[in-house]
Amino acid sequence: MNEASSDAIIRMFHVHKRYGGKSALKDLTLDIFKNEFVFVTGRSGAGKTTLLKLLYLGEPVSEGQVLVDGVNLSRIDRHRIPDLRRKFGIIFQDYKLIPTKTVYENVALVLEAAGRKPNLIPKKVRSVLRTVGMEDRMGALPQSLSGGEQQRVAVARAAVGDPKIILADEPTGSLDEESAGVIMDFLDTFHTRGATVIIATHDKDLLERSRTRIVNLREGRVGSIEPNGCGNR
Amino acid sequence: MKRFYQRAFKDILENQFLTMISIITIALSILIASSFALFFVNVGDLFSHWQKGIRMMIYLKADTSEAVRLDTQLRLQSIAGVHDAVYISKNDAMQRLKGQMQHHSALLENLKENPLPEAFELTLQPQTRNSEDLRFLAERIQNLPAVAEVEYGRQWIQRFSSVVDLFTLAGYAIGGLFFMATVFIVANTIRLVLYSRREEIEIMRLVGATDRFIKIPFYLEGMIQGGAGTLVGLGLLYLGYFFLTRNFESGMAGGLLTVRFFSAGICAAIIGGGAVIGWLGCWVSLKQFLKS
Ligand SMILES: Nc1ncnc2c1ncn2[C@@H]1O[C@H](COP(=O)(O)OP(=O)(O)OP(=O)(O)O)[C@@H](O)[C@H]1O
Ligand SMILES: [Mg+2]
Repeated sequence: MNEASSDAIIRMFHVHKRYGGKSALKDLTLDIFKNEFVFVTGRSGAGKTTLLKLLYLGEPVSEGQVLVDGVNLSRIDRHRIPDLRRKFGIIFQDYKLIPTKTVYENVALVLEAAGRKPNLIPKKVRSVLRTVGMEDRMGALPQSLSGGEQQRVAVARAAVGDPKIILADEPTGSLDEESAGVIMDFLDTFHTRGATVIIATHDKDLLERSRTRIVNLREGRVGSIEPNGCGNR
Repeated sequence: MKRFYQRAFKDILENQFLTMISIITIALSILIASSFALFFVNVGDLFSHWQKGIRMMIYLKADTSEAVRLDTQLRLQSIAGVHDAVYISKNDAMQRLKGQMQHHSALLENLKENPLPEAFELTLQPQTRNSEDLRFLAERIQNLPAVAEVEYGRQWIQRFSSVVDLFTLAGYAIGGLFFMATVFIVANTIRLVLYSRREEIEIMRLVGATDRFIKIPFYLEGMIQGGAGTLVGLGLLYLGYFFLTRNFESGMAGGLLTVRFFSAGICAAIIGGGAVIGWLGCWVSLKQFLKS
């Protein structure tokens, strides 16, 4: 399938993922195109998080091939992994904020690690935190924030480095409808500016409102792909 | 680089207890190792001080003519390693003997004839003052026709220098042991810090931090620990030195010898060495940790 997909930014060929003896993904083949906005959905345990992990090498594949932006992940040099990860902005399902660092430091870390000019960092961090409505909590530690606030910081951290691809694992999981709307608008802006956005969710509201492709996972296989609205193929 | 220092200092502040323990342990091992070193430095001083006093007495045969004596003196002076050869006449020798035996000079007064031989007193150049060269020199001089006997403290020197050699060897062994122990201490502290930071390190990697970015603050931390520990250890040693010498200096060797501390240069080198130890310790534990 998809022979004419030279503008695919992510290609997965016959990917299998096993944890120990247990299969989490089975024979998954999927292309995601540049500047696409994709939902990955499926029941709990269907393999959504696992699929995202394979993309940024949070886990290695057991079988098959994954290409990200032209790089074959099974042949990537260990030293290039940080480069790969900087192509992504990742909103983790469990946020993964560093508990000993403030909101500001958590977000700034991405830019420091990427070697951005130190004098440009504060302005950038502040403006991203303002967009997610967390500017006034910059000095707070994650443990003093509510779940939804932590999630918004996680979104800010994922966005601050202007990544090519945004991976969002249940980005609205702990948010009320209004805050969820703010975050989705924010991700939309990124999409409009040219980023590829991949969202794993089982939030029915989100899926119903979307007019984009939905990849439905069922027990580790692609159950169906709904080319909602502006399908890229 | 500044933010790496900031991260290192922040880490140290957050792990004050661990860092303090590490610095104290390093300080103690440095204290012990450097007290040995200081001891050797001063024993070495003492030894070379004594060696400076090494002279060789050349006694001439009884019937040596003045011409032969002058010729012998010239020959002695031209031997490599000899600094000077001073002639001591029978009378000079008697005067010296009287000086040394003040209370028994009456004994000497009764002598009808001076029984002491004529002699040369040889002073040596510094590089000749080891037992090997001395023995060689003595044999050469012994073969000169006018020479009756050559005298110097051969055995005493040999024994003493072999004791010093032994101590030096022991010193190196102890130094090496403490070096490894200190590396191990730092490695362990850093390992604990790494362990308590493993979640943070994992997250940093996930957001694209390179190993280098993660490692540098830990290296700085290790070096700061090593340097600070060494500084404290040397400080303690200096305090000990200060009080000991103040109380006992007057009683020691009639003020002939002063016990000295390491020079500023050596102190700086030791502190630098401490930092290197810290770096090494960090290297050891990071190598293990980041493999996973
Ligand atoms: N590290 C792991 N070790 C062992 N099994 C794992 C691991 N991570 C995931 N699994 C298993 O793999 C399967 C897929 O997990 P995954 O986290 O991808 O599901 P998910 O679709 O994200 O679910 P949820 O909606 O609950 O987040 C599950 O059965 C899970 O138990
Ligand atoms: Mg999940």
